[in-house]
Amino acid sequence: MSVVLDVENLKTYFHTEYGLVKAVDGVSFHINQGEIIGLVGESGCGKSVSILSVMQLIQSPGEIVDGKIMFEGQDLLQYEANGPQMRATRGRKMTMIFQEPMTSLNPVITICRQMTEILELHLDMDRHTARERAIELLRMVGVPDAASRIDDYPHQFSGGMRQRVMIAMAISCNPMIIFADEPTTAVDVTTQAQLLELMKDLVTRINTSLVIVTHNLGVVARYAQRIYVMYAGRIVESGPAEDIFDNPQHPYTIGLLDSVPRLGEKHGSKKLIPIYGLPPNLINMPPTCAFLPRCTYKTEKCEKEPWPALRSTGDNHYISCYVDVRGKQ
Amino acid sequence: MSDDIETGETPADALGGEVALPKHSEWKRIVRVFFGRTLYVIGFVIVVILILTAIFAPWIATHDPYSTDLRHKLEQPSTEHWLGTDAVGRDTYSRIIYGTQISLLIGFSAVSASAIVGMLMGLAAAYFGGWVFAIIMRFTDALMALPGIILVLLIAGLAGGGIPVVIFALGFGGIAMMCRMMCGLALSVKQNDYVLAGRAMGMSHWRMMLTQIFPNAFPPLMVGITMGIGGVVLGEAGLSFLGIGVMPPTPSWGGMVNSGQAYLLKNPILSLAPGVAIMLLVFGFNMVGDGVRDAVDPKLRGVI
Repeated sequence: MSVVLDVENLKTYFHTEYGLVKAVDGVSFHINQGEIIGLVGESGCGKSVSILSVMQLIQSPGEIVDGKIMFEGQDLLQYEANGPQMRATRGRKMTMIFQEPMTSLNPVITICRQMTEILELHLDMDRHTARERAIELLRMVGVPDAASRIDDYPHQFSGGMRQRVMIAMAISCNPMIIFADEPTTAVDVTTQAQLLELMKDLVTRINTSLVIVTHNLGVVARYAQRIYVMYAGRIVESGPAEDIFDNPQHPYTIGLLDSVPRLGEKHGSKKLIPIYGLPPNLINMPPTCAFLPRCTYKTEKCEKEPWPALRSTGDNHYISCYVDVRGKQ
Repeated sequence: MSDDIETGETPADALGGEVALPKHSEWKRIVRVFFGRTLYVIGFVIVVILILTAIFAPWIATHDPYSTDLRHKLEQPSTEHWLGTDAVGRDTYSRIIYGTQISLLIGFSAVSASAIVGMLMGLAAAYFGGWVFAIIMRFTDALMALPGIILVLLIAGLAGGGIPVVIFALGFGGIAMMCRMMCGLALSVKQNDYVLAGRAMGMSHWRMMLTQIFPNAFPPLMVGITMGIGGVVLGEAGLSFLGIGVMPPTPSWGGMVNSGQAYLLKNPILSLAPGVAIMLLVFGFNMVGDGVRDAVDPKLRGVI
C-alpha cells in the first residue's frame, strides 16, 4: 500500500483576541491509498482544523505555522493557499464533504450547475458531457429519477439527499483523498447508515482514500481501518481500528470507550464510566500532558515531564503516554 | 407549489427503479408568483406602458414637443391640447410623452452604471477584506460625506449640462450606496458553508465571487436598483431646475415640474401632470422590483 498523504508535525495556530490558540499542535499522520481512516476526538480538539489545514482552507486569524504536507511528492505548504497549484488540487485530487448538508450547497444555483461546474473546471468537460456525467453521478449515489431531479434547487432536496449530492460532487473528479467532516452528524440515524455504506462502497469502487472526521465511535468502529485519536490539538493514540477498540492503551481512549455502551458487553450491566472534568482551554496550555488533570492513571513523572511524543507499543500502534496502562487495567 | 415538487426519498428508491416525477418548469413558477399579486401586475403594466410610450412616442404624441406657439400659451386642457400648453405654447401632453424617453434613458443608464461599478466594488471589498476593504470603504465614505446634490452639482457644473453628463453625475453619486449595500450583503453571504465548499472545490476568486456570493446577495439589491431608477429621475429633475440638467428645450419631466411651478396657482396642471408621470414611474419600478425579487429568490420559495 502506497502512502498518498503524509502530514508531518502540522501546527495551526489561531491569533485570537484572548491569545494564541494552538488548535493543531504538532500533528503527524499519513494516509495509504484506498484506506478508510477515522479521526476521532471531542469537539474543539482540532480534528476539523487539521483537515482544513491540509486543504489550505484555514482563514485569518488562523495560520499554518509549521509542518509538512507531502502529497504526490510535493510539500503542499510550499504552494500559495489560493495559488493555481492548490486550486488544481482542491476539488480535483482532494475533496471534502461538509457536516451541514443544508448549508453547504449554494441555494440559488441548480444542482446541475453546481455539479457541472466542478467537472468543467477540473476535467475540461463541455456542458453537455458534464451534464450527462452529473446525472450518472447522481444515480451512483442513489438519487432517484436523477435525470429530472438534476435541474432542481437544493431546497427541493431533503437533508440526506443533499448529502448524497455532496458525496456525488466529492467523487466527481475521482479524487485521491476524500475528507468527510462529520458527514452524518446532521442527518438521522437511518440515513447516517445509508450514507456511510454508500461512501464506503464508492471509495472502494474508485480506490480512493477516505478520512472520516467524527466524534462518533460507532461510525469509526464499523468503517475505519485505521484510527487516529486526537486530544487538545495532538494525536494521542493511533493504530489499526480493531486493535484500538480491543486494546486501547492511552488513558483518554480508554476513557472514551468506557463512556459509550457497547452491544454484547460481557458483564451485562456494566456501568458507564464518564471522563471527569473538561477539555483544556487551548490558550496558555501547560507544557505537561494536556490530559493530565483528567487522567486516572497519572504518575509523578507525568507532572514533571513535557507532553510525551508518540511511542510504539506494538504492531503499528502508537500512544503518547508515559504510563504503561496495560498492567493496570 | 408544493403539490408538484417531490422532496426526499420516493418509493422509487425502495423499488430500485426510476419513476418519473411530474416535471415542473422553473420559468412557469416565476411567472405564476409574479403575476399572482395584483400590485405587481399593476406595476408591471405601468412599466410596460412607459417603455412602449418611449418607443412609440412619435405616434402617440399629438404635437411636436418643440414647436412653440405664443398665441396659445398657458392654455387650460382642451380637445386640441389635452393637458394644456406651457408658457411658450408647447403642448404639455406631447412633451410628457417625449419626456418618457429622456427619463427612462437617464434612469436606466445611470442606475445600471452605478449598479455595475458599485456592486463590483462592494463584492471585492467584502470578499478580499483587509486593505482592499479599507480602501474601498474609505472611498465610499468620502462619497457619502458629500451631500448627494453637491457632488452631482460639482460634476455637472464642471462638465456642463447635457444628458451624458447628467447620467455620469447621477450614476457616480449612486455608486457609494450600491457599494455599501452589496458589501453588507456579501459579507453575510461569505460566512455560509457553501462558500467554503466552493473553495474546497478549487474555485478561483472570480468564480467564487460571481457564482457563490453574487447570486445570493443580488436579490435584495434588485429592489434598491429599481427604486434607484425612480430616485435618478427625481435627481435629474433637481438638476434641470438648477439649470445644469437636461438642457431646454429637450423635454424632461423634472424640468417641466420646475418650469410649471411659476404658474402653480393659475395653471396647476403644468406641474401636476409631469409630477404624476414621475410618481407613476417610481411606483411602477418599485412594484416590479418587489415582484421580481419575490419570484426569483429561491430562499423565498414556498413562503409566498
